[in-house]
Amino acid sequence: MAERAQPVNLADGIGVAVAALVLLAVMGPLGAVLWRAESFSGLGPADWAAVRFTIGQALLSAALSVGLAIPVARALARRRFPGRGILISLMGAPFILPVIVAVLGLLAVFGRRGAASEILGFFGLPPIEVYGLHGVVLAHVFFNLPLAVRLILQGWLAIPVERFRLGATLGFTASDVARHMERPMLRAVCPGAFLVIFLICTTSFSVALMLGGGPRATTVELAIYQAFRFDFDLARAALLGLVQVAICVVAGLMVVWIAVPHAAGTGLDRPLERWDRSGTVARVSDWIAICGAALFLLLPLGAIFVRGVGGLFDMPGLIYAAALRSVLLSLATATVAVALSVPMALLIARGRARGLFETIGALSIAVSPLVVGTGLFVILRPFVSPSGSALPVTGLVNALAALPFILRALVPAIEQAERGYGKLARSLDMSGWHYGRHVILPRIRRPLGFGAGLAAALSMGDLGVITLFAAPQQGTLPLEMFRLMGAYRMEEAQAAALLLLALSLGLFWIFDRGGRIHAAT
Amino acid sequence: MKTPMIASGLILAAGAALADDPVLTVYTYDSFVSDWGPGPAIEAAFEETCGCDLQFVAAGDGAALLSRVRLEGPTTEADIVLGLDTNLTAAARESGLFAAHGIAPQGLTLPIEWTDSDFLPFDWGYFAFVHGTDLDAPDNFPELAASDARIVIQDPRSSTPGLGLLLWVKAAHGDAAEGIWSDLADNIVTVTPGWSEAYGLYLEGEADMVLSYTTSPAYHLIAEEDTSHTAAAFDEGHYMQVEVAGMIQGTDQPELAQAFLEFMISPAFQSVIPTTNWMYPAALSATDLPDGFDTLIAPEKALLYDDEEAAAARDEALAEWLSALSQ
Repeated sequence: MAERAQPVNLADGIGVAVAALVLLAVMGPLGAVLWRAESFSGLGPADWAAVRFTIGQALLSAALSVGLAIPVARALARRRFPGRGILISLMGAPFILPVIVAVLGLLAVFGRRGAASEILGFFGLPPIEVYGLHGVVLAHVFFNLPLAVRLILQGWLAIPVERFRLGATLGFTASDVARHMERPMLRAVCPGAFLVIFLICTTSFSVALMLGGGPRATTVELAIYQAFRFDFDLARAALLGLVQVAICVVAGLMVVWIAVPHAAGTGLDRPLERWDRSGTVARVSDWIAICGAALFLLLPLGAIFVRGVGGLFDMPGLIYAAALRSVLLSLATATVAVALSVPMALLIARGRARGLFETIGALSIAVSPLVVGTGLFVILRPFVSPSGSALPVTGLVNALAALPFILRALVPAIEQAERGYGKLARSLDMSGWHYGRHVILPRIRRPLGFGAGLAAALSMGDLGVITLFAAPQQGTLPLEMFRLMGAYRMEEAQAAALLLLALSLGLFWIFDRGGRIHAAT
Repeated sequence: MKTPMIASGLILAAGAALADDPVLTVYTYDSFVSDWGPGPAIEAAFEETCGCDLQFVAAGDGAALLSRVRLEGPTTEADIVLGLDTNLTAAARESGLFAAHGIAPQGLTLPIEWTDSDFLPFDWGYFAFVHGTDLDAPDNFPELAASDARIVIQDPRSSTPGLGLLLWVKAAHGDAAEGIWSDLADNIVTVTPGWSEAYGLYLEGEADMVLSYTTSPAYHLIAEEDTSHTAAAFDEGHYMQVEVAGMIQGTDQPELAQAFLEFMISPAFQSVIPTTNWMYPAALSATDLPDGFDTLIAPEKALLYDDEEAAAARDEALAEWLSALSQ
């Protein structure tokens, strides 16, 4: 059957254009760095050791994040309790914190003088030794578990309530529900969540070095820093950037191969109700998952709060100016990110050359911000005033960096809406704008709000590209926080960190909430 | 110099120029221009007399600064690059981007003689392990390695203090350096990307000692009235960090650039350094230092490779460091 071609092609065209922009924004700078290199060198054994360590720790971190997220997401999908919404929002926090803030928060719990070590000491046990591969993985799980929970929870909430009702009518046990509804959903959602988390972990550098305990924990990103700063070997930096692209491509293709789109069927968009949550085992395991995750994620955040709250109203005025700049920047970032992600998500959801577009969509987090920033610098410098372009460039780069996360949230929702209502809509001759407005939009509101919130919050906490472009007077909040640290002013820096945390969470919450208006969940 | 590693990128900048005044563009590291660094006071003082518009452009830390200038090459907007150290000047000279300063500096107060015709020093410090006064501190690296003190250091590949430590051990122990690092391995809690993270971990109680400067306790003493931090005096001597500035070959403001370099070693500039950069000024007598600096440890022996030696030593020293700590 010939499908209506016109509007589909226009939407596809925009999607392809966005994909091309992403590809250009990542590969262009990489090429520029390579072009600027004066000599060419290969990768040494130390570089390959870094590649191996990077992939190993990222696999472990992503597997644990996604694995642990499944019971937590299931528990959050099954249980209703006061404060559930706040807990879900707060869980977004670790993901958006600047690394050093999150690490100090983690150490307040798991460090030598941390709460956990104090408790062990009370029983006469030695303090926790957090530094090593396990420390790296611990921190990465802390950062990414909440993201995995949210993505998987999204999948759970997308299973129509009518299915659960049918299951209940048929006398489904918990394992029947798992087999017929939950596992197929997980098969569709988890590989994508695994991919983005794996890729973020491959570009990790500060966390890996600081908690890894030394040069054993050298990642590709650190090797790139060394190439830029220690050796000024641009060719090697660009080659390492290409290695990151290769890792992304291989991982992206494997995920597309493993993931099986899920046909959960369609419902009437009624609030979720569950009939399978009364068993004692289910109840106990759900509460263990919820309390465990809440403690693991919220205790370090609590430590950040306690340390920062004293100085919060005592900070220099320029911190507030920087905060305002950051808020405006992140609102702009969220807008651009949403505008870019919707056409691309529609394109991916239609399933044409899916592997290619999924991989392109993930590229922007797979390649070193240092390489991309330096490349952009080389490309833009002859044409535009750098300080004038600092905020636009930062906004665009941040929006591209948020793209993979929004796509991960949007694509499954669009696929489901298409599968459920696409034929019906076409038989009613509904297309283009009306189809998007009445069929797709109501069903992607939740992930769209989540994605926009994530983009805004990520941009708040970002310390990457702005440091490459900003004039001294244009510092964003994270940059000013780092300057405070660099000037020994640890207490003020902690207060700035708390302000950053509060603003990021606030922005995230507003968008996220906006996407869930009228939703009972 | 204690600039965040993460912020060590290549920063483009310079605001809009004022209407008529000639513009002098000074590239420097990020913490120099922050509101808590020397930049604002120095800009105000120089603009009072120069009839010019002094514009700072910040770029990460010293190493990132050099990368930035090399990336821009001869078309750089910089007239002056301020904030390299002697471990970087060999590479800077080799780039051919810098011109001789043409100044015979008067009144330098460095513990070493200064003969460099391309770069002029503006401040300096001794690397040292900072610790709480309640710690019974070791007197040298072998004692430190034999003790069970927990230390946090910076990665030489991403941090200038980290590189300084590498050269400190090399200068003090030569061929025995790798053995020292092997023995130190069990003392090293972790290695951080930059100074800020390491110092933060130390203040959080994750380590007993942190690699910083002999002048670090002065911050706690003067700004916080906290006397609980001090630096350990090592009897092998302490490696120095000398921070320098140089003039760009192709500058369109050679007179102004030279005037700035002369201003840089005058009291108006030098007196700002101690309580903003928390380093020793390069041309200010000890009696003019703020109260509190007299309480700092004064190493008996200053260690410093000249820039050729530093450039020759660093790759081997890095290889030794990596192999000793990767086991």
